[in-house]
Amino acid sequence: MSELLDVAQSVVGRARPGEGVEAYVSRGHDTEVRAFSGEIEQLASASSAGIGVRVVLGGEDGEGRRVGFAWAGSLDPGVVGAVLDDARDNAAYATPDPHVALAAPDGVAPVTLDLWDPAFSSVPTDEKVRMALELERMVRAGDSRVRQVDAADYGDASVEVALASTTGIRATTRRTSAYVSVSAIAGEGGESQTGTGFSVGRSPTDLDLERAGEEAVTRAVRMLGAGKIPSGRFTVVFDPRVVSTLLSVVSSALSGEAVVKGRSFFAGRVAEEVASPDVTLVDDPTDPRAFGASAVDGEGLACRRNVLIDGGVLRGFVYDSVSARRAGTVSTGSAVRGGYAGTPGAGCRALALSPGELDQQGVLESVGNGLFVQSITGVHSGVNPVSGDFSVGAEGLMIRTGALAEPVREVTAASTLQRMLRSVLHIGADVEWLPGNAAGQTLAIGDMQVSGN
Amino acid sequence: MPDAPWKPVADAPLVESAVLERVLAAAVRRGGDMAEVFAEDRQLSGASLDDRKVEELSSGRERGAGIRVVVGETTGFAHTADLSEAGLLQAAEAAAAVAREGGGGVRTVALGTRLARPPRAAVLPSTVARARKLELLARADDVARSAGGEITQVQVGYGDSRRRVLVASTDGVLAEDDQVRTRFSVVCIASGDTGMQTGYESVARTMGFELFDQVDVDEVARTAARRALGKLSARPAPSGEVPVVLAGGSGGILFHEACGHGLEADHIVKDSSVYVGRVGEQVASPLVTLVDDGTVAGEWGNYAVDDEGKPAARNVLIDHGVLTDYMWDWLRARKEGRQSSGNGRRQSYQHLPMVRMTNTFLLGGADDAGEIVAQTPRGVYVAKLGGGQVNTTTGDFVFGTTEAYLIEDGRITEPLRDANLIGNGPDVLQRIDAVADDFSMTPGTCGKDGQSVPVGCGQATLRITGVTIGGTAA
Repeated sequence: MSELLDVAQSVVGRARPGEGVEAYVSRGHDTEVRAFSGEIEQLASASSAGIGVRVVLGGEDGEGRRVGFAWAGSLDPGVVGAVLDDARDNAAYATPDPHVALAAPDGVAPVTLDLWDPAFSSVPTDEKVRMALELERMVRAGDSRVRQVDAADYGDASVEVALASTTGIRATTRRTSAYVSVSAIAGEGGESQTGTGFSVGRSPTDLDLERAGEEAVTRAVRMLGAGKIPSGRFTVVFDPRVVSTLLSVVSSALSGEAVVKGRSFFAGRVAEEVASPDVTLVDDPTDPRAFGASAVDGEGLACRRNVLIDGGVLRGFVYDSVSARRAGTVSTGSAVRGGYAGTPGAGCRALALSPGELDQQGVLESVGNGLFVQSITGVHSGVNPVSGDFSVGAEGLMIRTGALAEPVREVTAASTLQRMLRSVLHIGADVEWLPGNAAGQTLAIGDMQVSGN
Repeated sequence: MPDAPWKPVADAPLVESAVLERVLAAAVRRGGDMAEVFAEDRQLSGASLDDRKVEELSSGRERGAGIRVVVGETTGFAHTADLSEAGLLQAAEAAAAVAREGGGGVRTVALGTRLARPPRAAVLPSTVARARKLELLARADDVARSAGGEITQVQVGYGDSRRRVLVASTDGVLAEDDQVRTRFSVVCIASGDTGMQTGYESVARTMGFELFDQVDVDEVARTAARRALGKLSARPAPSGEVPVVLAGGSGGILFHEACGHGLEADHIVKDSSVYVGRVGEQVASPLVTLVDDGTVAGEWGNYAVDDEGKPAARNVLIDHGVLTDYMWDWLRARKEGRQSSGNGRRQSYQHLPMVRMTNTFLLGGADDAGEIVAQTPRGVYVAKLGGGQVNTTTGDFVFGTTEAYLIEDGRITEPLRDANLIGNGPDVLQRIDAVADDFSMTPGTCGKDGQSVPVGCGQATLRITGVTIGGTAA
């Protein structure tokens, strides 16, 4: 860790007078194992490291500042120097903007989070291989109708990041993660259906292979015999995994950057009722259970708990330093960046709805009749966080008198995100931290248009 | 532009042949059927204009090598950013760890003469002044904003990349390629009483800065603005099954999703495609002849050799509705005792190759586009598609519209809000009953198993007699 911070600080130390420099340095190691047909199909293991540098020029003459960015997938001293030069060259061409600035320490102390499993690197490769093979075996044996397991994967990663800037930022963060995932194909006659299962944790020992396997089998097998249904308006109950994806889409409209640039349907609606009174939505990266938990954000400021919707009323947005300045406010510690090759933007890391009181079964019983959706497709082509238009491919099961009934496929579910938030009927108590920036939990939404035949 | 000829090259390779030979020999020292070094040097530059300001110029560089060792059914893989002999040997050692039970022994690896093609870019983007690139951004911003007072936000993006690759294997493969790509995109937001709508248009080709001699950025900006403005007065898309006319060049994503992925041999070998065992069968309407062709110079999915060193090829997948073949990479072809079709691709040296599409397109037909619409009493006309997604096992796929209209009495009438359409591959392919002669291609990014690669999609105006559209109108 300290050598990463040394690299970052050495770059910052080369700033010219009046120049702002920020260096983001990261190093990672990951392993991936894929089992197929009782053998190891792939075993990959590698380390990588890189640096991203932002240079900010100007500002003294009141004309505004310019920012430039460069990155490289190497920590070679020669390469690192070239990156700083490139970022400086790039900055000279940007449009001057008074809101451009690097983050500066804001006095908020980062929480202490334990996201690093020290025993992580001592888990032998053989054990990882065993887990992938065991997962595949369990799924194949899980049901006589499972006719193929097209991938059973084990993967893990460790990432260390150091950040330093001429504005006084000095931060380090590190995390480990591990996962297993499996995809089952169930068949009967000429028909095939698929189901996936997974488990994630900070360490290989956190993984629940049995649960991942059972999930894949159940999800594939219960879809056998699925057909289309006539179009109509339905109450739709979304599975936690789908809800995690939905919240992630909603989160792009809660980004302060989208709001200040007129790209969010929430813009100008703070203090208005935007959702059902049951909806309280919080982004809290300081919750160690969250997959996206982090003590510091992508600019080195402390991550913090931000309430975005409270009792259905919109309370605010998440900001990084630049979008906050544009909006006339301060950063909420919500800068996110996609590794060393990306620049920071405002985004959520650990979004979750305040849980309701019912488990999934309870939600289904309350709904009585409707459609249960276990997976959706076409999110990037059919959900627009600017307009709010929502249309996705869906598969799942009918809900009849409070219980899951016959399977349904090749239908779409449509509405708008605005209307869906106001039509929330039940929020499950079954909060589940899934990979990504949002938790999953069962969610029932009234009056959606389902299109079939 | 015809493909440049292969010729011996004199410039410095990413890795010297003598080093490659020693690294490959070390990789199979403890056994293994095949070892391969994939070296890559990638330089990217980009600029974005947002909210009337040039917000960010960026540049990046990445170089390294991925080494794989195949032992029986198992592939070991490691990568390194260190292209020195020591760095490569260390990665070879890690990749060969899977071969520990193998027979092994000393093997001599001899590579042939280096052959390569020059980069097919008339103007390397790295030789173009930044100011020239920024002019394009500003111009597109102006043109888009002048399309109407309802245009409230414009985002313009420019990007170029140069990717030099080298592949060497114990099979004697030694191949290089130098791929230059340039792209330009505009996103507009229009605001009105009904809220906000977005419009998007992009151009992207495997070439240098001469792209802008061929395409007019004003037109790109106007198209994006028109899409956003048109949807302000759009009505909700219908629901249920409707006849759909897809405009020529509307995205071609239909075939990419409806059958392209399902014809990738990795899904075939694993029995996870609805097209398994169907070669020789009629899987589509006789109007469908589908080709995947990595050799089409300038298209977004074009290259000289794939990421396993195999020359790109033109492969007919469906001929007049009859399935003729799948797409293959080295690993899956080996399983079937055949040759790769030149479809082994990877996102970067940090990834293993797998079967991927290149430029996938439906050959044009004989019908007239206007006539197809005129002979559709009621339906949906899709002028532009967004992305899509498929489950290859079931064949169910979705594809989204970003510009669509109602067809009423054989005429294109009111604009519709965005929606996904859903169908089943083999079923939808049978329902194509007209194909026009107005073929054109569009660029896209294809994601599979966590890796993204540039692809082209193409098609002429065509009609599907019935497909389910996921709008909110009853």
